[in-house]
Amino acid sequence: MNIAVADRQPDTARQTDLGIVDCDVHPYTKTPADLDQFLSERWRKHRASIGARSRGPFANAPNYPRMSPGVGMRMDAWPPGGGHPGSDLAMMREQLLDAFNVSHGMMMPLLGRGGDERNVEFGAALATAANDWEAQVWCDAEPRLKAAIQITTEYTEAAIKEIEKRAGDRRFTHVMIPPRGLEPLGRRRYWPILEACAANGFPIALHLGGTSGHPSTGGGWPSFYHEEHPSYPQSKEALVTSLVTEGVFEHIPNLRVALVEGGFAWLPSLGWRLDKHYLRLRDEVPHLKMLPSEYIRQNIWVTTQPIEEPERPEDILATCEWIGWDRIMFSTDYPHWDQDDPRYAFKVRIPEKEKQMLFRDNAVAFYNLD
Amino acid sequence: MAKHVVAALGEIAPGACKIVTVAGREIGVFNIRDEYFALINRCPHEGAALCLGAIMPRFESDRPGEYRLSHHGEMLRCPWHGWEFDIKTGESWCHPESVKARSYPVTIVPGEALAKGPFVAETVKVAVDANYVVVEL
Repeated sequence: MNIAVADRQPDTARQTDLGIVDCDVHPYTKTPADLDQFLSERWRKHRASIGARSRGPFANAPNYPRMSPGVGMRMDAWPPGGGHPGSDLAMMREQLLDAFNVSHGMMMPLLGRGGDERNVEFGAALATAANDWEAQVWCDAEPRLKAAIQITTEYTEAAIKEIEKRAGDRRFTHVMIPPRGLEPLGRRRYWPILEACAANGFPIALHLGGTSGHPSTGGGWPSFYHEEHPSYPQSKEALVTSLVTEGVFEHIPNLRVALVEGGFAWLPSLGWRLDKHYLRLRDEVPHLKMLPSEYIRQNIWVTTQPIEEPERPEDILATCEWIGWDRIMFSTDYPHWDQDDPRYAFKVRIPEKEKQMLFRDNAVAFYNLD
Repeated sequence: MAKHVVAALGEIAPGACKIVTVAGREIGVFNIRDEYFALINRCPHEGAALCLGAIMPRFESDRPGEYRLSHHGEMLRCPWHGWEFDIKTGESWCHPESVKARSYPVTIVPGEALAKGPFVAETVKVAVDANYVVVEL
Protein backbone atom coordinates (compact mmCIF):
# COMPACT_ATOMS: atom_id res chain seq x y z
CA MET A 1 0.00 0.00 0.00
CA ASN A 2 2.65 2.38 1.02
CA ILE A 3 4.95 1.85 -1.86
CA ALA A 4 2.24 3.10 -4.16
CA VAL A 5 1.81 6.14 -1.95
CA ALA A 6 5.49 6.77 -1.34
CA ASP A 7 6.52 6.53 -4.95
CA ARG A 8 3.64 8.15 -6.68
CA GLN A 9 4.18 11.59 -8.02
CA PRO A 10 2.24 14.41 -6.47
CA ASP A 11 -1.11 14.40 -8.15
CA THR A 12 -1.63 18.08 -7.90
CA ALA A 13 0.31 19.85 -10.47
CA ARG A 14 -2.97 20.52 -12.19
CA GLN A 15 -5.08 21.63 -9.25
CA THR A 16 -2.40 23.85 -7.80
CA ASP A 17 -2.09 25.46 -11.22
CA LEU A 18 -5.70 26.48 -10.84
CA GLY A 19 -5.21 27.78 -7.32
CA ILE A 20 -7.07 25.82 -4.69
CA VAL A 21 -9.54 27.00 -2.08
CA ASP A 22 -8.69 25.73 1.39
CA CYS A 23 -11.89 25.61 3.41
CA ASP A 24 -10.28 25.27 6.84
CA VAL A 25 -7.37 27.48 7.89
CA HIS A 26 -6.68 28.30 11.54
CA PRO A 27 -5.08 31.62 12.39
CA TYR A 28 -3.93 32.02 15.97
CA THR A 29 -2.93 34.93 18.17
CA LYS A 30 0.72 35.13 19.14
CA THR A 31 -0.44 35.59 22.73
CA PRO A 32 -4.01 35.81 24.09
CA ALA A 33 -3.30 39.50 24.82
CA ASP A 34 -3.33 40.15 21.05
CA LEU A 35 -7.11 40.45 21.26
CA ASP A 36 -6.95 43.12 23.99
CA GLN A 37 -6.64 46.00 21.54
CA PHE A 38 -10.02 44.99 20.10
CA LEU A 39 -11.78 44.71 23.48
CA SER A 40 -13.26 47.59 25.43
CA GLU A 41 -11.73 48.43 28.77
CA ARG A 42 -14.70 46.83 30.49
CA TRP A 43 -13.99 43.45 28.85
CA ARG A 44 -10.22 43.75 29.13
CA LYS A 45 -10.73 44.04 32.88
CA HIS A 46 -13.11 41.10 32.83
CA ARG A 47 -10.64 39.04 30.90
CA ALA A 48 -7.80 39.89 33.28
CA SER A 49 -9.69 39.39 36.52
CA ILE A 50 -12.25 36.70 35.67
CA GLY A 51 -11.25 35.25 32.35
CA ALA A 52 -13.05 32.79 30.14
CA ARG A 53 -15.44 30.32 31.74
CA SER A 54 -16.29 27.41 29.52
CA ARG A 55 -19.38 25.23 29.77
CA GLY A 56 -17.02 22.28 29.53
CA PRO A 57 -15.33 20.58 32.45
CA PHE A 58 -12.06 22.54 32.34
CA ALA A 59 -11.39 26.26 32.27
CA ASN A 60 -7.96 26.33 30.66
CA ALA A 61 -7.45 22.94 29.07
CA PRO A 62 -9.08 20.92 26.33
CA ASN A 63 -11.22 17.98 27.40
CA TYR A 64 -8.76 15.51 25.91
CA PRO A 65 -5.02 15.43 25.40
CA ARG A 66 -3.94 16.02 21.81
CA MET A 67 -1.21 14.46 19.78
CA SER A 68 1.23 17.31 20.15
CA PRO A 69 1.85 20.53 22.09
CA GLY A 70 -0.33 23.61 21.59
CA VAL A 71 -3.58 21.56 21.59
CA GLY A 72 -2.54 19.40 18.67
CA MET A 73 -0.35 21.39 16.32
CA ARG A 74 1.75 20.23 13.38
CA MET A 75 5.16 19.85 15.01
CA ASP A 76 6.95 21.63 12.16
CA ALA A 77 4.61 24.65 12.27
CA TRP A 78 6.07 26.38 15.35
CA PRO A 79 7.50 29.68 14.07
CA PRO A 80 11.27 29.83 14.58
CA GLY A 81 10.92 33.36 15.91
CA GLY A 82 8.49 32.25 18.62
CA GLY A 83 4.72 32.34 18.93
CA HIS A 84 1.99 29.80 18.30
CA PRO A 85 1.61 27.77 15.08
CA GLY A 86 -0.69 29.66 12.75
CA SER A 87 0.27 33.02 14.28
CA ASP A 88 3.00 33.93 11.81
CA LEU A 89 1.80 35.07 8.40
CA ALA A 90 5.18 34.53 6.72
CA MET A 91 5.23 30.92 7.86
CA MET A 92 1.60 30.40 6.88
CA ARG A 93 2.44 31.67 3.40
CA GLU A 94 5.46 29.40 3.15
CA GLN A 95 3.81 26.23 4.50
CA LEU A 96 0.31 26.69 3.09
CA LEU A 97 -0.69 29.61 0.87
CA ASP A 98 2.36 29.63 -1.40
CA ALA A 99 3.22 25.95 -1.03
CA PHE A 100 -0.15 24.84 -2.41
CA ASN A 101 -1.07 27.90 -4.45
CA VAL A 102 -4.07 28.61 -2.24
CA SER A 103 -6.12 31.35 -3.89
CA HIS A 104 -8.54 31.62 -0.97
CA GLY A 105 -7.99 30.43 2.60
CA MET A 106 -11.21 30.28 4.56
CA MET A 107 -10.30 31.17 8.12
CA MET A 108 -11.85 29.27 11.00
CA PRO A 109 -10.40 30.93 14.10
CA LEU A 110 -11.04 29.11 17.34
CA LEU A 111 -11.07 32.26 19.45
CA GLY A 112 -14.61 33.55 19.58
CA ARG A 113 -15.69 30.74 21.91
CA GLY A 114 -18.99 30.23 20.05
CA GLY A 115 -21.45 28.77 22.53
CA ASP A 116 -18.81 27.86 25.11
CA GLU A 117 -18.65 31.03 27.16
CA ARG A 118 -21.07 31.02 30.10
CA ASN A 119 -21.03 34.80 30.32
CA VAL A 120 -22.74 35.41 26.99
CA GLU A 121 -22.00 39.15 27.00
CA PHE A 122 -18.30 38.39 27.35
CA GLY A 123 -18.70 35.72 24.66
CA ALA A 124 -20.23 38.28 22.31
CA ALA A 125 -17.47 40.83 23.07
CA LEU A 126 -14.81 38.21 22.40
CA ALA A 127 -16.49 37.22 19.12
CA THR A 128 -16.58 40.85 17.95
CA ALA A 129 -12.95 41.38 18.99
CA ALA A 130 -11.85 38.21 17.24
CA ASN A 131 -13.70 39.29 14.08
CA ASP A 132 -11.96 42.69 14.09
CA TRP A 133 -8.64 40.92 14.68
CA GLU A 134 -9.26 38.59 11.71
CA ALA A 135 -10.13 41.45 9.38
CA GLN A 136 -7.38 43.85 10.40
CA VAL A 137 -4.50 41.56 11.33
CA TRP A 138 -5.04 38.88 8.67
CA CYS A 139 -7.27 39.94 5.76
CA ASP A 140 -5.75 43.40 5.39
CA ALA A 141 -2.24 41.92 5.36
CA GLU A 142 -3.12 38.92 3.18
CA PRO A 143 -6.16 39.29 0.90
CA ARG A 144 -6.11 35.56 0.10
CA LEU A 145 -7.42 34.95 3.62
CA LYS A 146 -11.18 35.26 4.17
CA ALA A 147 -12.69 35.93 7.57
CA ALA A 148 -15.34 34.02 9.50
CA ILE A 149 -17.96 35.92 11.42
CA GLN A 150 -17.73 34.41 14.86
CA ILE A 151 -20.86 34.67 16.99
CA THR A 152 -22.16 33.58 20.36
CA THR A 153 -25.06 31.31 19.55
CA GLU A 154 -26.52 31.54 23.06
CA TYR A 155 -26.99 35.33 22.76
CA THR A 156 -29.33 35.72 19.80
CA GLU A 157 -29.53 39.54 19.62
CA ALA A 158 -25.76 40.00 19.78
CA ALA A 159 -25.25 37.26 17.19
CA ILE A 160 -27.64 38.86 14.72
CA LYS A 161 -26.13 42.29 15.32
CA GLU A 162 -22.68 40.92 14.58
CA ILE A 163 -23.85 39.23 11.36
CA GLU A 164 -25.57 42.41 10.15
CA LYS A 165 -22.54 44.53 11.08
CA ARG A 166 -20.28 42.47 8.80
CA ALA A 167 -22.69 42.20 5.87
CA GLY A 168 -21.26 43.95 2.82
CA ASP A 169 -17.67 43.74 4.11
CA ARG A 170 -16.08 41.46 1.51
CA ARG A 171 -13.39 40.38 3.95
CA PHE A 172 -16.07 38.28 5.67
CA THR A 173 -17.43 35.31 3.76
CA HIS A 174 -19.10 32.97 6.24
CA VAL A 175 -20.67 32.71 9.68
CA MET A 176 -19.02 30.22 11.99
CA ILE A 177 -21.36 28.30 14.27
CA PRO A 178 -20.14 25.75 16.81
CA PRO A 179 -21.60 22.30 16.14
CA ARG A 180 -22.13 21.51 19.81
CA GLY A 181 -24.67 23.91 21.24
CA LEU A 182 -26.89 23.73 24.27
CA GLU A 183 -29.54 22.26 22.01
CA PRO A 184 -29.43 20.76 18.51
CA LEU A 185 -29.01 23.56 15.96
CA GLY A 186 -32.34 22.97 14.23
CA ARG A 187 -34.33 24.04 17.32
CA ARG A 188 -36.47 27.12 16.85
CA ARG A 189 -34.47 29.16 19.38
CA TYR A 190 -31.67 29.28 16.80
CA TRP A 191 -33.85 30.09 13.79
CA PRO A 192 -33.46 33.88 14.07
CA ILE A 193 -29.68 33.47 13.79
CA LEU A 194 -30.01 31.08 10.86
CA GLU A 195 -32.46 33.45 9.18
CA ALA A 196 -29.98 36.34 9.60
CA CYS A 197 -27.24 34.29 7.93
CA ALA A 198 -29.39 33.54 4.90
CA ALA A 199 -30.87 37.05 4.72
CA ASN A 200 -27.38 38.58 4.63
CA GLY A 201 -26.10 36.12 2.05
CA PHE A 202 -23.70 34.30 4.36
CA PRO A 203 -23.28 30.55 4.28
CA ILE A 204 -22.72 28.82 7.62
CA ALA A 205 -19.57 26.89 8.45
CA LEU A 206 -20.12 24.38 11.21
CA HIS A 207 -16.58 23.80 12.37
CA LEU A 208 -16.07 21.11 14.89
CA GLY A 209 -14.83 22.14 18.31
CA GLY A 210 -15.81 23.55 21.60
CA THR A 211 -18.00 21.94 24.16
CA SER A 212 -21.51 22.58 25.28
CA GLY A 213 -21.16 20.77 28.57
CA HIS A 214 -23.03 17.77 27.16
CA PRO A 215 -21.03 14.56 26.76
CA SER A 216 -19.49 14.52 23.32
CA THR A 217 -21.00 11.14 22.42
CA GLY A 218 -24.48 9.76 22.79
CA GLY A 219 -22.97 7.10 25.03
CA GLY A 220 -21.36 9.53 27.48
CA TRP A 221 -17.92 11.04 27.94
CA PRO A 222 -15.09 9.21 26.18
CA SER A 223 -11.95 8.25 28.09
CA PHE A 224 -9.44 8.86 25.32
CA TYR A 225 -8.78 11.34 22.54
CA HIS A 226 -8.78 8.35 20.23
CA GLU A 227 -12.37 7.81 21.34
CA GLU A 228 -13.24 11.51 21.19
CA HIS A 229 -12.01 11.99 17.60
CA PRO A 230 -14.75 9.79 16.05
CA SER A 231 -17.31 11.77 18.05
CA TYR A 232 -16.84 14.61 15.54
CA PRO A 233 -18.81 12.78 12.84
CA GLN A 234 -21.39 11.91 15.51
CA SER A 235 -21.89 15.57 16.32
CA LYS A 236 -22.21 16.33 12.60
CA GLU A 237 -24.78 13.56 12.19
CA ALA A 238 -26.80 15.03 15.04
CA LEU A 239 -26.61 18.48 13.43
CA VAL A 240 -27.66 17.35 9.99
CA THR A 241 -30.49 15.27 11.44
CA SER A 242 -31.70 18.18 13.56
CA LEU A 243 -31.54 20.74 10.74
CA VAL A 244 -33.42 18.43 8.38
CA THR A 245 -35.98 17.03 10.81
CA GLU A 246 -36.92 20.32 12.47
CA GLY A 247 -37.78 21.69 9.03
CA VAL A 248 -35.10 24.38 8.92
CA PHE A 249 -34.60 23.87 5.19
CA GLU A 250 -38.33 24.14 4.54
CA HIS A 251 -38.36 27.38 6.52
CA ILE A 252 -35.09 28.77 5.08
CA PRO A 253 -34.62 27.00 1.73
CA ASN A 254 -31.67 29.18 0.75
CA LEU A 255 -29.64 28.39 3.88
CA ARG A 256 -26.26 26.96 2.85
CA VAL A 257 -24.40 24.85 5.40
CA ALA A 258 -20.83 23.55 5.27
CA LEU A 259 -19.73 20.81 7.63
CA VAL A 260 -16.10 21.48 8.45
CA GLU A 261 -13.67 18.99 9.97
CA GLY A 262 -15.93 16.04 10.35
CA GLY A 263 -14.94 14.04 7.29
CA PHE A 264 -17.80 12.97 5.05
CA ALA A 265 -17.95 9.22 4.42
CA TRP A 266 -20.67 8.84 7.08
CA LEU A 267 -23.10 11.08 5.22
CA PRO A 268 -24.50 8.52 2.72
CA SER A 269 -25.46 6.02 5.43
CA LEU A 270 -27.12 8.78 7.45
CA GLY A 271 -29.12 9.73 4.36
CA TRP A 272 -30.19 6.12 3.80
CA ARG A 273 -31.33 5.77 7.41
CA LEU A 274 -33.22 9.07 7.44
CA ASP A 275 -34.96 8.23 4.16
CA LYS A 276 -35.92 4.76 5.34
CA HIS A 277 -37.48 6.11 8.51
CA TYR A 278 -39.18 8.98 6.69
CA LEU A 279 -41.28 6.46 4.81
CA ARG A 280 -42.59 5.06 8.11
CA LEU A 281 -42.51 8.06 10.42
CA ARG A 282 -43.45 11.00 8.23
CA ASP A 283 -46.74 11.56 10.05
CA GLU A 284 -44.61 12.84 12.91
CA VAL A 285 -42.82 15.35 10.68
CA PRO A 286 -45.45 16.39 8.13
CA HIS A 287 -43.57 19.65 7.54
CA LEU A 288 -40.99 17.73 5.51
CA LYS A 289 -41.99 17.82 1.85
CA MET A 290 -39.01 15.95 0.46
CA LEU A 291 -36.94 12.95 1.44
CA PRO A 292 -34.36 13.86 4.10
CA SER A 293 -31.55 13.02 1.65
CA GLU A 294 -33.01 15.56 -0.78
CA TYR A 295 -32.68 18.31 1.84
CA ILE A 296 -29.14 17.13 2.49
CA ARG A 297 -28.30 17.40 -1.21
CA GLN A 298 -29.99 20.79 -1.44
CA ASN A 299 -28.59 22.56 1.62
CA ILE A 300 -25.53 20.71 2.94
CA TRP A 301 -21.93 20.82 1.72
CA VAL A 302 -19.01 18.92 3.23
CA THR A 303 -15.29 19.60 3.54
CA THR A 304 -12.78 16.82 3.17
CA GLN A 305 -10.48 16.86 6.20
CA PRO A 306 -9.84 14.67 8.17
CA ILE A 307 -10.41 12.55 5.11
CA GLU A 308 -11.43 8.93 5.50
CA GLU A 309 -8.79 6.49 4.23
CA PRO A 310 -10.57 3.22 3.36
CA GLU A 311 -8.58 0.00 2.84
CA ARG A 312 -9.87 -0.04 -0.73
CA PRO A 313 -8.98 3.55 -1.65
CA GLU A 314 -11.36 3.62 -4.61
CA ASP A 315 -14.34 3.26 -2.24
CA ILE A 316 -14.00 6.97 -1.52
CA LEU A 317 -15.11 7.69 -5.10
CA ALA A 318 -18.48 5.96 -4.62
CA THR A 319 -18.96 7.94 -1.41
CA CYS A 320 -18.28 11.19 -3.25
CA GLU A 321 -20.70 10.24 -5.99
CA TRP A 322 -23.52 9.70 -3.49
CA ILE A 323 -22.87 13.02 -1.77
CA GLY A 324 -22.44 14.74 -5.12
CA TRP A 325 -19.13 16.02 -6.48
CA ASP A 326 -20.60 19.52 -6.47
CA ARG A 327 -21.04 19.34 -2.66
CA ILE A 328 -17.50 18.46 -1.58
CA MET A 329 -14.88 21.10 -0.83
CA PHE A 330 -11.22 20.59 -0.03
CA SER A 331 -9.78 21.62 3.34
CA THR A 332 -6.38 21.24 5.02
CA ASP A 333 -6.96 22.24 8.68
CA TYR A 334 -3.53 23.93 8.75
CA PRO A 335 -1.69 24.01 11.19
CA HIS A 336 -3.30 21.17 13.14
CA TRP A 337 -1.65 17.79 13.61
CA ASP A 338 -4.27 15.95 11.54
CA GLN A 339 -4.17 18.34 8.60
CA ASP A 340 -4.37 17.03 5.01
CA ASP A 341 -2.00 17.78 2.17
CA PRO A 342 -3.84 18.50 -1.11
CA ARG A 343 -1.32 16.44 -3.06
CA TYR A 344 -1.79 13.25 -1.07
CA ALA A 345 -5.09 13.44 0.82
CA PHE A 346 -6.93 11.39 -1.79
CA LYS A 347 -5.30 7.98 -2.29
CA VAL A 348 -7.03 7.57 -5.65
CA ARG A 349 -6.98 9.64 -8.78
CA ILE A 350 -10.00 11.91 -9.07
CA PRO A 351 -11.25 12.62 -12.59
CA GLU A 352 -10.11 16.05 -13.82
CA LYS A 353 -13.52 17.66 -13.97
CA GLU A 354 -14.44 16.55 -10.46
CA LYS A 355 -11.00 17.55 -9.18
CA GLN A 356 -11.50 21.10 -10.33
CA MET A 357 -14.90 21.20 -8.63
CA LEU A 358 -13.62 19.76 -5.38
CA PHE A 359 -10.44 21.79 -5.08
CA ARG A 360 -11.82 25.07 -6.29
CA ASP A 361 -15.11 25.69 -8.07
CA ASN A 362 -17.49 24.35 -5.40
CA ALA A 363 -15.99 26.60 -2.74
CA VAL A 364 -15.86 29.64 -5.01
CA ALA A 365 -19.61 29.27 -5.56
CA PHE A 366 -20.46 28.29 -1.98
CA TYR A 367 -18.56 31.18 -0.38
CA ASN A 368 -19.35 33.59 -3.22
CA LEU A 369 -15.64 34.29 -3.75
CA ASP A 370 -14.25 36.82 -6.21
CA MET B 1 25.05 3.87 -5.91
CA ALA B 2 27.29 6.77 -5.03
CA LYS B 3 28.77 7.28 -1.60
CA HIS B 4 28.19 10.70 -0.09
CA VAL B 5 30.10 12.13 2.87
CA VAL B 6 27.47 13.81 5.01
CA ALA B 7 29.17 14.54 8.36
CA ALA B 8 32.33 14.19 10.36
CA LEU B 9 32.14 11.46 12.98
CA GLY B 10 31.16 13.13 16.27
CA GLU B 11 29.27 15.92 14.58
CA ILE B 12 25.91 14.21 15.11
CA ALA B 13 25.45 13.59 18.84
CA PRO B 14 23.88 10.33 20.05
CA GLY B 15 20.11 10.77 19.95
CA ALA B 16 20.33 13.54 17.35
CA CYS B 17 19.57 13.80 13.66
CA LYS B 18 21.24 15.85 10.94
CA ILE B 19 19.24 16.64 7.84
CA VAL B 20 21.37 16.74 4.70
CA THR B 21 20.63 17.17 1.02
CA VAL B 22 22.19 14.43 -1.06
CA ALA B 23 21.71 14.33 -4.82
CA GLY B 24 18.73 16.64 -4.47
CA ARG B 25 17.09 14.50 -1.80
CA GLU B 26 16.66 15.48 1.83
CA ILE B 27 17.85 12.75 4.13
CA GLY B 28 17.90 12.55 7.94
CA VAL B 29 21.02 10.93 9.39
CA PHE B 30 20.47 9.59 12.90
CA ASN B 31 22.94 8.61 15.58
CA ILE B 32 21.49 5.91 17.86
CA ARG B 33 24.09 5.11 20.52
CA ASP B 34 26.86 5.65 17.96
CA GLU B 35 25.22 3.54 15.29
CA TYR B 36 24.18 5.54 12.25
CA PHE B 37 21.02 5.28 10.14
CA ALA B 38 19.56 7.34 7.31
CA LEU B 39 15.93 7.86 6.30
CA ILE B 40 14.37 9.96 3.58
CA ASN B 41 12.95 13.19 4.99
CA ARG B 42 9.51 12.49 3.61
CA CYS B 43 6.68 10.63 5.27
CA PRO B 44 5.15 7.94 3.04
CA HIS B 45 1.70 8.94 4.27
CA GLU B 46 1.25 12.56 3.16
CA GLY B 47 4.76 13.75 2.45
CA ALA B 48 5.61 15.66 5.66
CA ALA B 49 9.23 16.34 6.62
CA LEU B 50 9.43 13.11 8.61
CA CYS B 51 12.87 13.64 10.12
CA LEU B 52 11.72 16.78 11.94
CA GLY B 53 9.56 14.49 14.08
CA ALA B 54 10.18 13.49 17.68
CA ILE B 55 12.58 10.63 18.43
CA MET B 56 10.94 8.31 20.93
CA PRO B 57 10.97 4.90 22.53
CA ARG B 58 8.67 2.12 21.38
CA PHE B 59 5.58 2.05 23.60
CA GLU B 60 3.77 -1.28 23.78
CA SER B 61 1.13 -3.07 25.76
CA ASP B 62 0.08 -6.73 25.84
CA ARG B 63 -3.16 -6.04 27.67
CA PRO B 64 -4.97 -3.13 29.33
CA GLY B 65 -3.12 -2.02 32.43
CA GLU B 66 0.30 -3.25 31.31
CA TYR B 67 2.71 -1.03 29.46
CA ARG B 68 6.34 -1.10 28.55
CA LEU B 69 8.84 1.19 26.90
CA SER B 70 11.63 -0.31 24.84
CA HIS B 71 13.92 0.51 21.90
CA HIS B 72 14.72 3.88 23.46
CA GLY B 73 15.56 6.50 20.87
CA GLU B 74 14.79 4.18 17.96
CA MET B 75 11.34 5.35 16.87
CA LEU B 76 10.55 8.47 14.87
CA ARG B 77 7.11 10.08 15.04
CA CYS B 78 5.98 12.13 12.03
CA PRO B 79 5.39 15.79 12.88
CA TRP B 80 1.99 15.78 11.15
CA HIS B 81 -0.18 12.75 11.83
CA GLY B 82 2.09 10.99 14.30
CA TRP B 83 2.77 7.85 12.25
CA GLU B 84 5.70 6.04 13.89
CA PHE B 85 8.71 4.57 12.10
CA ASP B 86 11.60 2.39 13.22
CA ILE B 87 14.66 4.53 12.51
CA LYS B 88 16.83 1.43 12.01
CA THR B 89 14.69 -0.03 9.23
CA GLY B 90 12.24 2.64 8.10
CA GLU B 91 9.36 0.25 8.85
CA SER B 92 6.18 1.82 10.17
CA TRP B 93 4.84 0.63 13.49
CA CYS B 94 1.32 -0.10 12.25
CA HIS B 95 2.10 -1.64 8.85
CA PRO B 96 5.75 -2.77 8.94
CA GLU B 97 5.33 -4.93 5.82
CA SER B 98 3.73 -2.38 3.57
CA VAL B 99 4.45 1.13 4.88
CA LYS B 100 8.09 2.10 4.91
CA ALA B 101 10.11 5.27 4.89
CA ARG B 102 12.98 4.76 2.49
CA SER B 103 16.23 4.02 4.31
CA TYR B 104 19.79 4.23 3.05
CA PRO B 105 22.93 2.37 4.09
CA VAL B 106 25.33 4.34 6.29
CA THR B 107 28.97 3.52 6.91
CA ILE B 108 31.81 5.11 8.84
CA VAL B 109 34.82 5.67 6.63
CA PRO B 110 38.28 6.97 7.60
CA GLY B 111 39.41 10.15 5.91
CA GLU B 112 42.37 8.28 4.50
CA ALA B 113 40.08 5.97 2.52
CA LEU B 114 37.98 8.90 1.41
CA ALA B 115 41.01 10.47 -0.16
CA LYS B 116 41.24 7.45 -2.49
CA GLY B 117 37.60 7.76 -3.61
CA PRO B 118 35.19 7.38 -5.21
CA PHE B 119 33.21 9.54 -2.77
CA VAL B 120 31.21 12.68 -3.08
CA ALA B 121 31.97 15.23 -0.39
CA GLU B 122 29.86 18.16 -1.44
CA THR B 123 29.56 19.98 1.85
CA VAL B 124 31.88 18.28 4.33
CA LYS B 125 35.56 19.13 4.46
CA VAL B 126 37.53 15.91 4.69
CA ALA B 127 40.82 15.43 6.58
CA VAL B 128 42.82 12.21 6.31
CA ASP B 129 43.18 11.73 10.07
CA ALA B 130 39.44 11.85 10.91
CA ASN B 131 36.44 9.54 10.34
CA TYR B 132 33.31 10.36 8.38
CA VAL B 133 29.67 9.36 8.09
CA VAL B 134 28.92 8.18 4.57
CA VAL B 135 25.47 7.59 3.06
CA GLU B 136 24.99 5.49 -0.06
CA LEU B 137 22.35 6.26 -2.62
